Amino acid sequence: MKILVCISKAPDTTTKIAFADNNTRFNEVGVQYIVNPYDEWYALVRALELKEAQGGTVTTITVGIAADDAIIRKALAIGADDAIRINADPKDAYYTAFQIAEFTKGKGFDLILTGKETINYNGSQVGGMIAEILSLPFVSLASKLEVVNGKAKIACEVAGGVEVLEVPTPLVISAAKGMAEQRIPNMRGIMAARTKPLTVVEPVACEELVTFEVYELPPSKSECRYVDPSNMAELVGLLHTQSKVI
Amino acid sequence: MSVLVYIRSISDNFSKATLESVFYGSQIGPVTVLAIGPASDDALSSLGKYGAQKVLVHRGLTSSDPGQICALIATAVSSTGSSTVVLSHDLIGRSVAPRLSAKLKAGAVIGAVGLPDGSGKISVNVFSGKAVGKVRVNTAVRIISLTPNSIQITAGSNSAKVEAFDCDCGPSKISVLEVKKQEGEILLPEAELVVSAGRGMKGPEHWGIVENLAKALGAATACSRPVADIGWRPHHEHVGQTGIAIRPNLYIAIGISGAIQHLAGVNGSKVIVVINTDPEAPFFKAADYGVIGDAFEVLPRLTEEIKKFKSQN
Repeated sequence: MKILVCISKAPDTTTKIAFADNNTRFNEVGVQYIVNPYDEWYALVRALELKEAQGGTVTTITVGIAADDAIIRKALAIGADDAIRINADPKDAYYTAFQIAEFTKGKGFDLILTGKETINYNGSQVGGMIAEILSLPFVSLASKLEVVNGKAKIACEVAGGVEVLEVPTPLVISAAKGMAEQRIPNMRGIMAARTKPLTVVEPVACEELVTFEVYELPPSKSECRYVDPSNMAELVGLLHTQSKVI
Repeated sequence: MSVLVYIRSISDNFSKATLESVFYGSQIGPVTVLAIGPASDDALSSLGKYGAQKVLVHRGLTSSDPGQICALIATAVSSTGSSTVVLSHDLIGRSVAPRLSAKLKAGAVIGAVGLPDGSGKISVNVFSGKAVGKVRVNTAVRIISLTPNSIQITAGSNSAKVEAFDCDCGPSKISVLEVKKQEGEILLPEAELVVSAGRGMKGPEHWGIVENLAKALGAATACSRPVADIGWRPHHEHVGQTGIAIRPNLYIAIGISGAIQHLAGVNGSKVIVVINTDPEAPFFKAADYGVIGDAFEVLPRLTEEIKKFKSQN
């Protein structure tokens, strides 16, 4: 089975978010980038488990700049066989999806996996867009994935429950919690990752559908008002009369 | 500026998120609702109260294949000449909006938290709720998926004209083998009141007092990541950066220290109450109201006071 895992970078989860140039772009000074957790913990690790059980290859693909090679090497250290980097600083989700979709044409991937969303833009868009461009089925928020005889059996979250679906490959899946457990790369993996193939591909032309023009930080919270733990009537009163939420 | 709002009903009672999408659309332009699901014509007509002028209903499509829903919406966009498509940012909206964006080559504003401003920019949550980004759409048609509980709605007295809408949505390769429903629970992503607890509860056997409080309030229950990871609570209850992000009117956090990753998922809440034994818990800095005390004593008291309040109001 040929599996493609879409890997994005994301700022480390403890990053203090700040903006630069009159709040028009994310301030990257001092920011540590990681592999987007959903891409790594769920999509990549499940792809590796499927490969280990059934054979095949796991390739990662990233639309990013040369500095992103560090997180791509991390994915290789966890166990991907090879990596593709489309050499561009992505402008929006469609740009990313379009580059990945164009790259995959004619390459015979059975599964294209993404994380359910990135933790910086939270759009959960790339998977669905790739599926549409390639006219493939798309299943989002999958929490379990098995592939038997060219058919993917997938559990995914739906409103108020879980659905179990069966879809023939090839298809695109976005991976959510439950799909796999995080793997820590070992020293052998880290050493091997240095020499695994990382192919740089130039992007194709693509229009920008949306632009993030400016960012704002949420207004800072007013001071916490403490309520005596023996006086819950006061708290209920405040929630009713002052905050008007009950 | 005609607006197409896609909704999916599960009964004659529409979810609040559905009504919000219709009302949101009506604040932009004349609204045509495109509906699938079992809601009766009368119920659909009542969407006029929230600003719908017309409702197109496709009775034939029952699947939740985002590819088919996307084909349906694309057909309706062209037949109505709509320039804005609104969907609720629920599980289906999340999978349909991006497909539709690629199909129509129309910019998508995913997870909108407000109406377009004077220059057409729309605010969305980014960095898992730690910031807001303003998005400009560069295409003639735009798609907006609206985060539940982001706008206030008001009801009028109009009714909408209901018409059948048929089109071929193409075949589906997705077959549903099984559906496991969680019955009788309030869905967390659109809950207005949420009671959430963490490791401070010391064990899954102590969740009864959390559930009692939630029941008294009519709230959904949630939890922190460690609690979901060790299996005390189901994963779908996990709120935070790697769980789900919510923005209820009231979020009560019990025995949760308030790590930055947890705050990311809940800091869109209008009012936050923190109950913790540790006065140094970082969550108090993000709280509107704080109670320094033992959950095992405070919760039963709070539940009693809520019941008393509910019986008087």
